[in-house]
Amino acid sequence: MKYQLNLQVQSVNHLSNGLIHIELAPANGEKLPAMQPGQFVEVAIDKAKVLLNRPFSIYNATDTVLELLVKPLGRGSEAMGLYTPGDTMRVIAPLGRGFELPAAPCRVLLVGGGVGVAPMLYVARALNEKGIRPTLVYGERTAPDSRLKSRLSRYADLEICTDDGSEGLHGLVTAHPAVADCHPDLVLVCGPAPMMKAMHRIARERGLSAQFSLENKMACGLGACLCCVEQTTTGNRCVCSDGPVFKAEELPW
Amino acid sequence: MVDLSTRLGDFALKNPVLTASGTFGFGLEYADFIDLSRLGGFIVKGTTLEPREGNPYPRMAETPSGMLNAVGLQNKGVDHFIEKIYPQIAGCGSEVIVNVSGKSVADYAAVAEKLSALEGIHAIELNISCPNVKQGGMAFGTTCEGAASVVEAVRKAWPRHLMVKLSPNVTSITDIAKAVEAAGADSVSLINTLLGMAVDIERRRPVLSTVTGGLSGPAVKPVAVRMVWQVAHAVSIPVVGLGGIVNERDAIEFLMAGASAIQVGTANFINPAATVNILDGITAWCDSHGVERISDIIGII
Repeated sequence: MKYQLNLQVQSVNHLSNGLIHIELAPANGEKLPAMQPGQFVEVAIDKAKVLLNRPFSIYNATDTVLELLVKPLGRGSEAMGLYTPGDTMRVIAPLGRGFELPAAPCRVLLVGGGVGVAPMLYVARALNEKGIRPTLVYGERTAPDSRLKSRLSRYADLEICTDDGSEGLHGLVTAHPAVADCHPDLVLVCGPAPMMKAMHRIARERGLSAQFSLENKMACGLGACLCCVEQTTTGNRCVCSDGPVFKAEELPW
Repeated sequence: MVDLSTRLGDFALKNPVLTASGTFGFGLEYADFIDLSRLGGFIVKGTTLEPREGNPYPRMAETPSGMLNAVGLQNKGVDHFIEKIYPQIAGCGSEVIVNVSGKSVADYAAVAEKLSALEGIHAIELNISCPNVKQGGMAFGTTCEGAASVVEAVRKAWPRHLMVKLSPNVTSITDIAKAVEAAGADSVSLINTLLGMAVDIERRRPVLSTVTGGLSGPAVKPVAVRMVWQVAHAVSIPVVGLGGIVNERDAIEFLMAGASAIQVGTANFINPAATVNILDGITAWCDSHGVERISDIIGII
């Protein structure tokens, strides 16, 4: 079941590496609907004076708080930083098909590139509840904010790669030993297209089970407009409703 | 409380709020947000004889107060609709209108004939105005002869209400409207999207894979209201108005300009409850303005 919710902004934090962390909650103490790791929400960004809602990954969710991690990239996402506590935001949630998590303990590798790290906190939390502590390889342009790192480290063994060498491995996530020398039972990936395609190739070459979260430009978020399609092995499918998570074998990359 | 019932000739609607094809899926996509039975009806996604994959991504670009789309009639074909979709929506309590498209005149007629077996479908909308396909679509809707040829063929294959969706990408929309009226259309709906284009200046390339696409949303509303008003005065069959309606005031503009019913399109993408909000807004406006029957304000301009 999907809902249209009026949520109240609880906090807006501008992180050092350019990301915005936003906490939202129902204004009247109501409970939020259950959300799966890898699902997303659509937000009506009234302050942006844009027409369409914008999709964002679920960074974290409980039955009282929804957290988003936003990278300002255009008029919509930039305006997310203009909100202050007490403002309300119209949110459509939860949307899409999330990650399919293993039932039994096994080795799981998470790979997040840039703001593609956003869904990985909630994924790692859900894995912890299944007795799995994943490795998270997080690639960024520059050293991530310490608040973000400490949060992610609670649920995953965090490995950092930076483009500028300011922290961790100086280079791409695919060069990190945790990726280059790994043989996990499951790989979950979210990030820029070149990174995802490189991870898709690695998974294919090693016969690893892998899932990828896509972020094609979308309008409705509900599978109605057919704008956000990705070419899959079974034809054009909506990233918003058939995805955003697809299995490696569904993507003809 | 206002009487919202309206008529498109012999096709009665409990209220004038419909949805625009391609913006409301098969209705099921919106069932979590609204009670589908409250709508006057909904027009399902463009349906063709054979399945279509549509155009490559990217298919959408947001523009000031609007959006361009180039979906290209992606659908699983009329047989899929009849076997898999129709049983799920047949009992929804609202009129289901099927938007019909094709590559050739024979295609249109074949889809209409197959749909005629579904007794619960009281109307079809002929799409002779899609700007996003190479063959058919708008190619038929931009000449009087082309439009009339499709309507005449479908008229023979389809026994119930025949609505024809008109393209605004023409010199004289009233001439096309008169041609489809003469060919046997029972009503006309307008406007389909306006042909547009957007350029990504950093990549120095068009945003859409197809270069051009169809513009919808509030940006097109004044053009649509003008065309509805012109067509309503040019033909004697009913007119259904659409183009950028996001609230009840927009809807009432179209009704006053001559539309007997309206379609909500792009607004469904912004607010999945837009249709029922507009319906409630029309009711409230009529009640506060002493309008007892919605038909009293239709075509007053």
